[in-house]
Amino acid sequence: MEKIKIALAGNPNVGKSTLFNQLTGMRQHVGNWPGKTVEKKEGAFRYGDYEIEVVDLPGNYSLSAYSIEEIVSRDYIVDEKPDVIVNVIDAANLERNLYLTVQMMELGANIVLALNMNKFASEKELEIKSNTLYQLLGIPVVKIEASDKTGREDLLNAIVKVSKKPNDVSNRLNYGKELSEHIQQLQEIVEENTLSGAPSSWMAIKLLENDKIIIETVEKTLNGPNILSDVKRIQKHLMEVFGEDADEALADARYGFIAGLIKESVKKPKIDKITRSEYIDRVVTNRYLGIPIFLLIMWLTFQITFTVGAPFQEIVETFFGWLGETIAGIMGTNWFSSLIVDGIIGGVGGVLVFVPIIFLLFLMLSLLEDSGYLARAAFVMDKFMHKIVGLHGKSFIPMILGFGCCVPGIMATRTLENEKDRLLTMLIVPFMSCSARLPVYALFAAAFFTAYQGWVIFSIYILGMIVAILMALIFKKTIFKGMSAPFVMELPPYRRPTIKGALIHTWERGYLFIKKAGTIIFALSVVIWVLSSLPMGVEYASQASVTGQLGTAIAPVFAPLGFGEWQPAVSLLFGVLAKEVVVSTFGTIYGVGEDGGGIMMALHDTFSPLAAYSFMAFVLLYIPCFATVATIKRETNSWKWPIFTILYTTVVAWAVSFIIYQGGSLLGFA
Amino acid sequence: MIKKLNELKAGQRGIIVSFKGKGDLKRYLMGMGFVKGADIELRRVAPLGDPVEIRIKGYSISLRKEEAKNIEVNVK
Ligand SMILES: Nc1nc2c(ncn2[C@@H]2O[C@H](COP(=O)(O)OP(=O)(O)O)[C@@H](O)[C@H]2O)c(=O)[nH]1
Repeated sequence: MEKIKIALAGNPNVGKSTLFNQLTGMRQHVGNWPGKTVEKKEGAFRYGDYEIEVVDLPGNYSLSAYSIEEIVSRDYIVDEKPDVIVNVIDAANLERNLYLTVQMMELGANIVLALNMNKFASEKELEIKSNTLYQLLGIPVVKIEASDKTGREDLLNAIVKVSKKPNDVSNRLNYGKELSEHIQQLQEIVEENTLSGAPSSWMAIKLLENDKIIIETVEKTLNGPNILSDVKRIQKHLMEVFGEDADEALADARYGFIAGLIKESVKKPKIDKITRSEYIDRVVTNRYLGIPIFLLIMWLTFQITFTVGAPFQEIVETFFGWLGETIAGIMGTNWFSSLIVDGIIGGVGGVLVFVPIIFLLFLMLSLLEDSGYLARAAFVMDKFMHKIVGLHGKSFIPMILGFGCCVPGIMATRTLENEKDRLLTMLIVPFMSCSARLPVYALFAAAFFTAYQGWVIFSIYILGMIVAILMALIFKKTIFKGMSAPFVMELPPYRRPTIKGALIHTWERGYLFIKKAGTIIFALSVVIWVLSSLPMGVEYASQASVTGQLGTAIAPVFAPLGFGEWQPAVSLLFGVLAKEVVVSTFGTIYGVGEDGGGIMMALHDTFSPLAAYSFMAFVLLYIPCFATVATIKRETNSWKWPIFTILYTTVVAWAVSFIIYQGGSLLGFA
Repeated sequence: MIKKLNELKAGQRGIIVSFKGKGDLKRYLMGMGFVKGADIELRRVAPLGDPVEIRIKGYSISLRKEEAKNIEVNVK
């Protein structure tokens, strides 16, 4: 069987994923591009005698070095040399979509154009003559409908055909005599110096555009300085001729070329019709209604995710409770059943409890994203986020979700295109007080602040937000210095999301959580269990166990925060598994069971009210739970950021609790 | 009349006459259609006063005023 390697490329929102799913069905693998936080989807399928391997390239408008997605895409085309690139195009938006096509032609890609969304094009009364387009570009043009199988056969045929006999597109691109001559001139210089594996004409164009990556590559070569001074000379000459920079002249030339194509191959109405999207936007992004509508939709997302999710969560919880008891019943009490029940079922079950809300959340997010609303939400909230924390409008959503659970909050940062925005948002989401921390506050507030419970808990939530904002500001001045991600975002037309599409998205993302986070949690649960059961023969999690001893050893660290005894230290150690475990650990340690006044009484021996508040603040701020850390690991594809998160949140927690306790003591609170 | 893009009122249209500045972002925006001679419309301003929605090459894009001010438009 013959193999054909293809890649899907196109602007964001053109139906690339839909086509990918249609082609590969369930045979796909989702991971990351090596060393990047950008998602990489691969799959394979059979067509006649061919085994076709597909890679889904990130959605891009262009192939400059502007974003990591663009770099990933062009490196792939240069280094991996796929047999065919299927360029998915939104037929209703031909002009801008062709800009990417033209850039891929510069790169020497062997392309098939797949015109998608033809229905929307006819709604706009656009008539595209694909045959004319084919003749002008020298690239096969196929009309498809990614959401059903229209045009599938034609597309696959075209793919096989151009994989056998690559398109001849030489001299198709016409950028005018002046530019072409100078590109040619520079191309010869590049060829004399045999630079890298990329096409020389493309290198020439990128040099003229001051593309920083290509310039770096050239700088490192023997003859680099000479080449670059030639580039400068030609740029200067072009400036004199065109009265603008070379990159502008090139962009103008590309759009000029595209305008020519459009003129020949598209019939369009004289005036733009006012679209349905425009009517919706007049309400949804309205000056007065925009923000209330945004808040309402966020509230609904939150409510649906967490209230609909709750009963399912209980089912999972009950199931693992039952499983644990049954296994304990069958195996009796010995170390092995303790490993299974306390260690593995306790740890992994504690994470799988999140699965229902995570799936629901992703379903909601997919619907918001596919419908086009997410972009409007960012549009409406951008100024607020930008002014306060210097973040992108889209960061608002992960932060709101963090109040429910940080795991989906962190996963929702996927909607942020800019990597630094994404990392920064991930780093501050854990300060949004998730629902798992509420049982801890509830316990302490009831035990110590009977009269003001509500206010005390509310103040903790506010504290989390203030710390998040402060940390964002600090990060912007230090590790993410100089970053000011501009807010350039397409507002795609509203579309009715398809259930199938949303379910596929949900499954892809949810499954990743189960698989990757699950394995890390599994390992860590076993480690914690071992530490709590050694040395042999001690009571599980007692002061004599390694964990107990660890707690005892680190307890002095917490003394300046007002809780220097071993019990809070151990409960904080266990709280890393999941924050509500802090409560159950107190139950175990004090030997009073989980509920009832027993714990409260015992707590009064260990904490003063001020120390209790300091402890609550510490629980809010310190290391987010394993599931969150594992999610950060999985999302950033490295250990650097999860480890950083563990360290810095602990430092912040310590500092804030120190200020609360010592400051409070000075002011005479006890 | 030539105006900066960020100074247009909602609903005003024009033609791009120049794009100041240099660099990746500019190149990126040019790729999205912000080239000389392109028809452009400021559709609306976000509820909080920033960013703005721009209509260009038959689609909508949002920019902060900060980015829009480098673009000069000949208002119709
Ligand atoms: N009507 C219609 N909608 C489509 C088609 N292909 C994709 N869509 C919708 O367009 C939106 C974006 O599609 P998606 O595949 O996620 O785009 P991507 O960003 O290019 O991967 C989704 O809501 C899809 O359901 C199509 O052929 N016809």
